[in-house]
Amino acid sequence: MFAADLPTAKTSSVKTPLPGLSQPKDLLRFLTCGSVDDGKSTLIGRLLYDTKLLFDDQVATLERESKSRGGAGQEIDFSLLVDGLEAEREQGITIDVAYRFFSTAKRKFIVADTPGHEQYTRNMATGASNADLAIILVDARKGVLTQTRRHSFIASLLGIRHVVLAVNKIDLVGYSQSRFEETVADYERFARDLSFETVKAIPVSAKLGDNVISRGANLDWYAGPHLLGYLEAVEVARDARHQPFRLPIQWINRPNMDFRGYSGTIASGSVAVGDEVVASLSGRTSTIRSISTYDGDLQDARAGQAVTVTFDDEIDVSRGDVLSDADQRPDVADQFAAHVIWMHDDHLIPGRPYLLKIGTKTVLCSVTEIKYKIVADNFQHLAAKDLGLNEIGIVNISTREPIAFDPYAANRTTGGFILIDRVSNHSVGAGMIGFALRRATNIHWQPVDIDKRRRAQAKSQRPVVLWFTGLSGSGKSTIANLVEQRLFALGCHTYLLDGDNLRHGLNRDLGFTEVDRVENIRRVAETAKLFVDAGLIVLASFISPFRAERRMARECLEPGEFIEIFVDAPLSVAEARDPKGLYKRARAGQIKNFTGIDSPYEPPEAPEIHLDTDKVAIERSADRIIDFLKKGRYLKPG
Amino acid sequence: MTHLDALEAESIHIMREVAAEFRKPVMLYSIGKDSSVMLHLAAKAFHPSKPPFPLLHIDTGWKFREMIAFRDQAAKRAGMELLVALNREGHDASVTPFSHSSSVYTNIMKTDALKQALTQHGFDAAFGGARRDEEKSRAKERIFSFRTQHHGWEPKNQRPELWNLYNTRIDQGQSIRVFPLSNWTELDIWQYIMRESIPIVPLYFAAERPVVERGGQFIMVDDERLPLLPGEQPELRSIRFRTLGCYPLTAAMTSSATTLPEIVQEMLVARTSERSGRLIDHDQAGSMEKKKREGYF
Repeated sequence: MFAADLPTAKTSSVKTPLPGLSQPKDLLRFLTCGSVDDGKSTLIGRLLYDTKLLFDDQVATLERESKSRGGAGQEIDFSLLVDGLEAEREQGITIDVAYRFFSTAKRKFIVADTPGHEQYTRNMATGASNADLAIILVDARKGVLTQTRRHSFIASLLGIRHVVLAVNKIDLVGYSQSRFEETVADYERFARDLSFETVKAIPVSAKLGDNVISRGANLDWYAGPHLLGYLEAVEVARDARHQPFRLPIQWINRPNMDFRGYSGTIASGSVAVGDEVVASLSGRTSTIRSISTYDGDLQDARAGQAVTVTFDDEIDVSRGDVLSDADQRPDVADQFAAHVIWMHDDHLIPGRPYLLKIGTKTVLCSVTEIKYKIVADNFQHLAAKDLGLNEIGIVNISTREPIAFDPYAANRTTGGFILIDRVSNHSVGAGMIGFALRRATNIHWQPVDIDKRRRAQAKSQRPVVLWFTGLSGSGKSTIANLVEQRLFALGCHTYLLDGDNLRHGLNRDLGFTEVDRVENIRRVAETAKLFVDAGLIVLASFISPFRAERRMARECLEPGEFIEIFVDAPLSVAEARDPKGLYKRARAGQIKNFTGIDSPYEPPEAPEIHLDTDKVAIERSADRIIDFLKKGRYLKPG
Repeated sequence: MTHLDALEAESIHIMREVAAEFRKPVMLYSIGKDSSVMLHLAAKAFHPSKPPFPLLHIDTGWKFREMIAFRDQAAKRAGMELLVALNREGHDASVTPFSHSSSVYTNIMKTDALKQALTQHGFDAAFGGARRDEEKSRAKERIFSFRTQHHGWEPKNQRPELWNLYNTRIDQGQSIRVFPLSNWTELDIWQYIMRESIPIVPLYFAAERPVVERGGQFIMVDDERLPLLPGEQPELRSIRFRTLGCYPLTAAMTSSATTLPEIVQEMLVARTSERSGRLIDHDQAGSMEKKKREGYF
C-alpha cells in the first residue's frame, strides 16, 4: 500500500479530524508565505494529508505525478497538490494564490497558499487581504531572508495581527534548538517595527511531519504547541462587533410599492430595530424600522451578517453610501493619504485617472502626489515619481466626489480599496487608507458673477477645445494653424496651444518619460479649460499618445466642449516626412521615449473627427473641421 | 458566527454585488446539490424580492430523467424563469457519449452549448456552482472570473482579487463567471442542505436501481438508449450518486444511505473524492484547466 512509503509523523495523537455532523465551528482564514523553497506548499499538503482531507484517488494521482516528475521516488511531492496550473507544474513554482480547505473537530480553515517569488508579490498581498493570521515559513538552514522581511511587511500592512513563524526543515539542521532560537531572535528583532500583536515561533518539518499535527519525538526541547494545535486554539477575533456600526449599501430591494429595503453586509458593529442611523454621504438620518431576512425579521444584527434594513421614513439612500452609527460617523472626504501596493506592469502615474472601488462605491480618482515609496525588504523610504509592479508607496489621492471611509487600521472593510485601469479594466492597485486630508475642505471656489456662458455670448461663439492628436509629423500643427487662420478670418477669438509654446514656459520642468507626459497633458487640459472658461475656441495640438490622458482632458470639460481630432498618418509616412529630423535621431537612439519608435501611440477609438492625412490634402482637412463647427453651432451664423 | 453562517453571508454578498453591477446576469443551474444550495442562497440574498435573473440549464439530452423533473419543479418553486439550452447542431448530428470520446462530447454538448446560450442572450455575468475544493485548477480561480469575448479563461492573466472588492468592469462581449460557492467544501454543502432542509434530487439517496458494471464502476441504465455490451445484463443494486451529470458518464456508488445524516456519515469515511465518479475529468492531466480555457464552467 502506498501510504506505507510515506514518511509520516511518529505519533499521531490528533486522529479525530473528522468533524461532527452538526456542531457549530468557527472559521479561521490564514495564509502561508515565505521565500521560495521554504516549503509552503509542502506544509499545506502535509496538513491536508495528515488531517485525512486527501482522498485515495487524489493521493494516487499525486503519487503517480511525483514519480513521473522524477522526484525522490519514494516520497510524495506535496507541492504538486496545490500547484494546480499547468505553468506552475511545468516550472515547479507557485504563481497564483490557491485556496485550500480543511477542518478539524474545532475549526474550519481556509488557507491561501501564496507564491514566494518576488514577481508574484501582488498575489501574496491578495491572499493576505482576507486572512486573519499568517504562517511565515523560514528555512532553518537559511534563516531570515529578504522575502521573509518583505512578506512580513506586506502582511502587517494588510492588517494581519497574528503571525506563526514556522521554522521549517528543522530536521535538516539536526533538530537544533540553538539554530531555532537564533532564527527566532533574528525575526523578532525586525518584526518589532511591524504591527503584529502576537508572533508564535514553532519548529517544524513539513516534509517529515514533525510538530505539524503532532509533537514528534525529535523536538523534546520544544515545550509549546504543535502547529495544528496552535491554529485550532489561537484567538484572532478582532471583535468587529464593538466597533461603530457600518453597513455599505449594496442593493436596493424594492419588490413592490410597500417595501423599500436596503441590502448589504454589515462591515462592523451592530444595529437594532429603533436605532438612529445616518447615511454618511448624504448626511440624512433615520431610524431602523425592520431588519428583514429570508428566515424572518430580526431584532438586531451584527458584523458579518448579510441583511436588508428598512427605515421609518422614506430617506433616499443609494448604492455606495454607508449606513453608520449617527454618533460615530466615518470620514467623508475627497482627499486622503493611503498606502498603495501596485499590481500591474504599467506604472502608477500621478495625475492619471483611475477608478477607485471602496465598499460598494466606485469613483474616479487620481494620485495627486507620491510622498515616497517603501522598500519592503528594509523599510527604507525613497523618493518616487511613479510606482512599478509590486512597489509600495504612500500617496495622496483625490476622488472626483467625496467618499465615506475609516482608516484601514480601524476597519479593513471601509478602509481598503482597489484601483482599476479605465482602459484595460485590470485591477492595478490595492490601497489602505491612512487619514483624510483636510486641505480639500479649505479650498473653495471663488464665486464669479460673469460666467463662461456670458463671456461666450459677448463673442458670439461657443467655446470649445479642438484636440489634435497624432504622431509627430502627422500634420497636426499644420492643420491646426490653417484652421486657426480660417477661424480668425471668420471673426472668432481663438488660441493655439502646442508643445512648443507650452514646453518652453509652463511645462519647462517636464521631460518625456511617461510620468512627465501625463503631467504635461494634465497641465495642457487645465490650461485649455481656463481658456474655454474665458469663452475662447482653443486649438490644442499634442501627440498625446495615451488614451487615458485624452479621456482625462475630455472629462475636465463639459459635454460638447471637447472635440477629439485624430490626425492619422501611418508611421512610415510620418517618418518619411520627419520635418524636424526627430525620427532620424530617435532611430539613432539619441532621443528616448519617442512616440512610435520606443513609446506606444494609442489611437483614439471614437474621435469626433478622423483625418486621413496620407490621402486627404490639408486644406480639405481644415474644411472638414470648419464644417463640423458650423454644423455643431459653435460659430455665429453667417 | 458559525462557519456555515460566514459562508452563507459571503455567498449572499457576492450575489448582490452581481445584481447591482451587471446589466444582464444569469444563474447556471445544473440541478445538482451545489445548484440547489446556490438557488436557496439566491432566494435569501434578494428576499422579499425574487432573484433578479433567470436560471439557465445546459441540457445534453442525456441527463437522468429524475433530474429533469426536479429541475422544472425547482424553478417553479423559486418563481424564476428557466431557460434550457441544447446544442441543436450537436444533437442533430447525433453526438452522444457513445459516438464520441467523453472529451469531444463534453466540448460539443456542454461547452459549446453554454457558449452559444451566453452569446445568444447577451449575458454579461453567469453564476456557477463550482467550488475550489473540487479540483486543482478551480482552487486557483477567482470568485469573479474574467472571460474573453470567446468565453476563454486565461489562468495566467487573472485579476488580483482583494478583500470582498470585486472588479466587475468588462468591455462589450466579455463576461464574468461568478462562483459564489468558491469557499464551500463538499461537507459544508451537505451540512447546509441538512440545516436548511433544501430539496435535492432523489438520486442522491440510495435506492434499488438498474445498473451495469463497467471498468469497476456502476453505470445506471436510466433508459433504453444505453447500449449494452455483449453479455451485459442490468441488475438491481442499492446505489446512490455523489455527483450528478450525464447518466452514461456518471458512476454510482453502492450505498444504503437513505437519509441526509446517513449520507453525511458515509461522506465522512469516504476515501475517494467527489469527482472520481465523473468520467470526463480523467481524460488527461490538467484536463479541467484545459476545458476551462476553452470556456467550460
